[in-house]
Amino acid sequence: MSQPFKRTPLYEAHVAAGARLVEFGGYEMPVQYRDGVLKEHLWTRAHAGAFDVSHMGPAFLTLDRKSGDADADHRAVAAVIEPLISGDIASLKPGQIRYTLLLNEDGGIVDDLMIGRPVWPSRQGMLYIVVNAGAKEGDFARIQRGASGVATLARADDRALIAVQGPDAAGVVAGFFPEAAELTFMTHRRIDHAGEGCVVARCGYTGEDGYEILIRAPACVDFWDRLLADERVRPIGLGARDSLRLEAGLPLHGHDIDETTSAVEGDLSFAIAKPRLKAGRLRGSERMARELAGDLSRVRVGLRVLEGAPAREGAQIAAADGAVVGRVTSGGFSPSLGAPIAMGFVPPALAEPGTALKVIVRGKPQAAEVAGLPFVPHRYVRKV
Amino acid sequence: MRFTKDHEWVEVAGDVATIGVTAYAAEQLGDVVFVELPQVGKTVKVGDNLAVVESVKAASDVYAPIGGEVVAVNEVLTSEPETVNAEPEAAGWFARLKLSDPGAVDALMDRHQYDAFLETL
Repeated sequence: MSQPFKRTPLYEAHVAAGARLVEFGGYEMPVQYRDGVLKEHLWTRAHAGAFDVSHMGPAFLTLDRKSGDADADHRAVAAVIEPLISGDIASLKPGQIRYTLLLNEDGGIVDDLMIGRPVWPSRQGMLYIVVNAGAKEGDFARIQRGASGVATLARADDRALIAVQGPDAAGVVAGFFPEAAELTFMTHRRIDHAGEGCVVARCGYTGEDGYEILIRAPACVDFWDRLLADERVRPIGLGARDSLRLEAGLPLHGHDIDETTSAVEGDLSFAIAKPRLKAGRLRGSERMARELAGDLSRVRVGLRVLEGAPAREGAQIAAADGAVVGRVTSGGFSPSLGAPIAMGFVPPALAEPGTALKVIVRGKPQAAEVAGLPFVPHRYVRKV
Repeated sequence: MRFTKDHEWVEVAGDVATIGVTAYAAEQLGDVVFVELPQVGKTVKVGDNLAVVESVKAASDVYAPIGGEVVAVNEVLTSEPETVNAEPEAAGWFARLKLSDPGAVDALMDRHQYDAFLETL
């Protein structure tokens, strides 16, 4: 029988480190190492965690014919991707990365993704794109179809993508990539390490300062081993990655947001290019404009569960009078707060932080209240 | 002490059985952050849901390895759920049942059989 799940270039390293492996996004991935989810989570908040996120979908979209005018070439490649997404790419400064949404015709969220503009003038007309593991085949096909005849998408998911996150991440990564210290949150650049051209981006999905590093597979095992040799760094599995992003209030595609959710419902209005929305040149413009004007049936909120068991995905949310008003889309126990937290959708009238609600877990109503997001403050480095 | 393939343990004294999860189960569950215990007075049959154990990541059911009436629950687990990880086969017990058929416990595995079963996993 053939191998049913794909493996990242770091698979052997995970097995050797005592990882417990699970299927995620078609890959066999470490859900935890020997420390377990709770300790891995707290370690990342206190020191630095190394995450193998090679199952995600890094790629480069490049113009087929560049003019040689750097700004014109950037505008041209931005014009290829913008009709498919919610955000503005033309206005990105060299090196800047933007969080954006791939939309269907109704403005539903097909996936959320990062798009970066290269720093160097010679590389303009190219975009660095990272999409989610579970959606990447569809995303790549959609982007290539949209770019047909003008630009070509080159997948880079044969490389390793390694995230280093936490208060010690900057110090650790500077040991490998000294220039990385000059990057601010949501910027990236190409930096060589041991003769390997890597893409180093100051971003992540834990709420902590940190980096994501794209490195070719032959060099990645050595890099990973050397990262972990630093006593500030421990390997962190997908279990803690999930609890970290939940505390950071960040949505997980396929759970908190999906093709039925709009950016407005998902509380992701910041990712909507307002000029294109006003001009009606955004997929789902009409729907989103209506929702922004107040015709909104549900919105994503944070919930603190004040008693009882954690409320997990699928649990009903009820108003104080017991009427069911929504559903939990992701939830669990917050190691940092020592209490259960969740995200879910409720009508806008019940979305104000402090609003008393119930979550129904195994048939039992438990007290909960709407909480502002993030649950744990972000510690992004916006100035260096 | 007797064991099930679902990794519960049972210790019988007279017609009362103390029930918990094994060290193997505790290790597999990871750090326990919440335990939902049954109501005292509830009657359970073999295989009924007895309790729910929650880790950061997931909720797992604990099944009744033997039938009877719940006569006591371990309230310590409500405030200190981590006791399940620290002492799974002692202070981390879940519930005590008054057995409807004390002889039924003989059908469960003994330590030797359970260890052999773990070897097959």
